[in-house]
Amino acid sequence: MHELAVTESILNIAEKHAVQAGASKITDIYITLGQLSSIVDDSVQFYWDIISADKPICQGAALHFQRIPARLVCLACAHEYEIPTELEPCPQCGSFQVKVLAGEEFWVDSIEIEKSDEELAL
Amino acid sequence: MSTSRITVVEKILSANDQVAEQNRARFDQAGVFTINLMASPGAGKTSLILETIRAVVPDLRVGVIEGDTAPVTIDADKITEAGMPAVQINTGGDCHLDAVMISYGLQQLNLEEIDLLIVENVGNLVCPAAFNLGTHANVLIASVPEGDDKPYKYPNIYRNLEVLIINKTDLLPYVRFNMDYFRQGVEMLNPGLQTFPVSCTTGEGIEQWAAWLKSKVQNAKQK
Repeated sequence: MHELAVTESILNIAEKHAVQAGASKITDIYITLGQLSSIVDDSVQFYWDIISADKPICQGAALHFQRIPARLVCLACAHEYEIPTELEPCPQCGSFQVKVLAGEEFWVDSIEIEKSDEELAL
Repeated sequence: MSTSRITVVEKILSANDQVAEQNRARFDQAGVFTINLMASPGAGKTSLILETIRAVVPDLRVGVIEGDTAPVTIDADKITEAGMPAVQINTGGDCHLDAVMISYGLQQLNLEEIDLLIVENVGNLVCPAAFNLGTHANVLIASVPEGDDKPYKYPNIYRNLEVLIINKTDLLPYVRFNMDYFRQGVEMLNPGLQTFPVSCTTGEGIEQWAAWLKSKVQNAKQK
């Protein structure tokens, strides 16, 4: 539900790095999203198309999402496991003493940019 | 024309986190202990605030920042009636408060005049979990009628809590709520989480919660 705020942040981060690199256009944005970050990629893409429309440098950039599954470790028997959708106790020993190892990632990984020949000449 | 790939690796909400740090610095400087009170709509956020005010006044001076999606002052009015300063933030339809909204709210609140600041977040179990406000403690109210499966359905909000309040315990005999199942879900997400079962209707448990707040306020002042 907070995808608009998230998308605005993605736009600001991508734009800042593109401008620093002297880019004329961002073509691709690579985003890493952990399963636990509760973000819907389709909604981010939907908002992106709207808010990037009046930012020439960002407009038309393709968003790529890398999903990281939620990975837990059991503190009782050290068994590591991934959870499909819902939180589950350790499938090996049934313990509720678990720790999240991965799945909370939530960052802009990299961007692909274009530089015009004029800027290259400078 | 040339293309190249630039490594960014920047947390998506890093801008919010920076403002949250500034908010935290202001709280620490003023020696004000601050909590971010989250819950689903109807769990009893405003009721708990009113009960808390009753329990800690006159020992503590309490300020409240009220987050609402619509420009209504129902909640803020109740706080003001209870004699405490309340600032209303209208999120303009947004489903959560963020650090910038808090920094605006602080412009209308004199931190020197309070000991405890309660931020009442927008009623929602998803979005508020993602935005650090700079407060010292994230507090969630889970009310018994909502059901015992909420930790399993909204794991994120449970993962980043300092305190869990189980409200409406007076309704336990009347609703299906398996406390063991609920607590197991909480334990998986947040082992050893400080929990206060309370009823804002009967007043049960409020004293223990108020004692926890008072000790935290005292620590904040000594820093």
